[in-house]
Amino acid sequence: MEVRDLVKRYPKRPTNAVDGVSFAVEQGEIFGLLGPNGAGKTTTIGILTTRVALTSGYAGVGGVDVAADPVRARTVISVVPQRPNLDRSLNARQNLLFHAAYHGMGRAERGRRADELLERMGLGDRGKDKVDDYSGGMAQRLLIARALMHRPQVLFLDEPSTGLDPQARLFVWDQVRELRAAGTTVVVTTHDMDEAAEISDRVGIMDHGTLLALDTPDALTRTLPGDSTVDLVLGEVDAAREPALRDALGGLGGVRRVEDVGGDAGRPPGERDLRVRLYLDVPGASVLGAAAEAVERHGARLLSVALGEPTLEDVFISLTGRDLR
Amino acid sequence: MTASTGPEAAALVPAAPRTPSVGKAFLGLLGRDVFVTGRELGGFLAQVLLQPIFLLFVFGKVLGDLGYVQGGFEQVLLPGVIAFTGFLTALQNTALPLVIDFSFTKEIEDRLLAPLPTSLVAIEKIVFATLRGLIASAMMFPLGLLILGSVPITWSAVPLVSVGLVLGSLVGAALGLVLGTLVTASKINVVFAVVLTPLLFTGSTQFPWSQLDGLRWFQVVCALNPLTYVSELVRGQMVPQVESIPAWVCLLACVGFLVLFTAVGLRGFRRRAVD
Repeated sequence: MEVRDLVKRYPKRPTNAVDGVSFAVEQGEIFGLLGPNGAGKTTTIGILTTRVALTSGYAGVGGVDVAADPVRARTVISVVPQRPNLDRSLNARQNLLFHAAYHGMGRAERGRRADELLERMGLGDRGKDKVDDYSGGMAQRLLIARALMHRPQVLFLDEPSTGLDPQARLFVWDQVRELRAAGTTVVVTTHDMDEAAEISDRVGIMDHGTLLALDTPDALTRTLPGDSTVDLVLGEVDAAREPALRDALGGLGGVRRVEDVGGDAGRPPGERDLRVRLYLDVPGASVLGAAAEAVERHGARLLSVALGEPTLEDVFISLTGRDLR
Repeated sequence: MTASTGPEAAALVPAAPRTPSVGKAFLGLLGRDVFVTGRELGGFLAQVLLQPIFLLFVFGKVLGDLGYVQGGFEQVLLPGVIAFTGFLTALQNTALPLVIDFSFTKEIEDRLLAPLPTSLVAIEKIVFATLRGLIASAMMFPLGLLILGSVPITWSAVPLVSVGLVLGSLVGAALGLVLGTLVTASKINVVFAVVLTPLLFTGSTQFPWSQLDGLRWFQVVCALNPLTYVSELVRGQMVPQVESIPAWVCLLACVGFLVLFTAVGLRGFRRRAVD
């Protein structure tokens, strides 16, 4: 799967929704496309799945030019949408059967494959149920089963964990990993950093229609300074003394950088809560004493402390200067 | 809840790109619609036949028996009602599902991702709505016989009546495609009320168009309604003693409307289906 210099501009919009994006995904790879709402992820996927017409550039799946031959492209792709779009006039098994019929699969093979996939998705005894009676997790599994009916080379999962309980989410991730093992390419769009880090072989980070970074989750977090983080929530911060406080925190031994991770703009001017993250070369616990002292020296109050390791979220903050949410 | 690996993992192995079979995909879509209708046949017939049955009963039978309507009116009415049933059934069967699909359920997305050109998904809707329109209008013959006691049709009229009903259902379905893709969900109620009622009463269903000479403006309005040509064609064949618009004019008008509505509807459909 490949996109080159991909551009999409919707009519009557001042900017490009996708603005010159290029990347390639290997067969059998799990690729995470990460970014906030409106970053251009969904449009990029829309182009690759033939539902959005590209403005310029190239998009190809399984060696098929999506813009030039969308009909052929549809034989190699499959989509699991964020919101269930199951055919509610049909029961669960019939949803799979008719999907396969649209893709020209013979009657005997359709039935065999539907039973096999229902079984695999843990829906073996629920095939005759109306899809209206399905829970969110079951609908998601049925959507995946439907998407797999015609043996796609590339499976697109749009925000797969939205609205799923933790157990259902783990089940979906397991299935995605098995698909990779069988040679299917999986493209996952998400704004959930943990999800992206957990299942993706490589992650592309998008914002404002451009691709900011692309690498393995480990390599991306390694680009950040330091190897541990400390989050501080500070109260009663005097605006006049805030720069000096930041300098003091930044000057502590082992601190590489100080980043804002969302303050509290609702406070009266002159006083506010401040959330900062310190990126460290040393274990987080070793700077706590000095940090608390510096906070107090500058007239603020330490409200809470959290230790952690840099995550993809930190990569996003460092790339864009703002929080993902 | 860990998924198993092993021989059944073969179910996940992808297939090579295939040359898409557009015909099979089209038949698959049609098969789905036929299957669903087959299961809901009773509901479908009740939905489309109640209105024409009452129309026929009250205007053709009750008013006639009470003496408010001259004898013979039912012979003018029946062909119009048959034409109107096919036309409107087809129209509703493209317009409503499309509005619901595009605006709410998104159920159509799986069909839009089937390996066939996007326009053919819309054409399938037209073909299927036409089938439903034909079934509904065909049902009006035995029902007419039952309600009115006789149906004025000769074997020689059958070919052109059939052509008229096929064309009428096609035009209705294509008009439904236009409405279903141009109208947003929030306005569909208004549009249906504003479009359907005038369509029904200016379609020369309850009167022969040629006799509107004394009501010139209304005659002109009726001439703009595609249903007029369907009604006139069917009536002209079934009740030749009543003056009707010549068959060739009706056929030409139907084909013209069909081409126009299909072109506009397909454009609207592509716009809704592909961003």
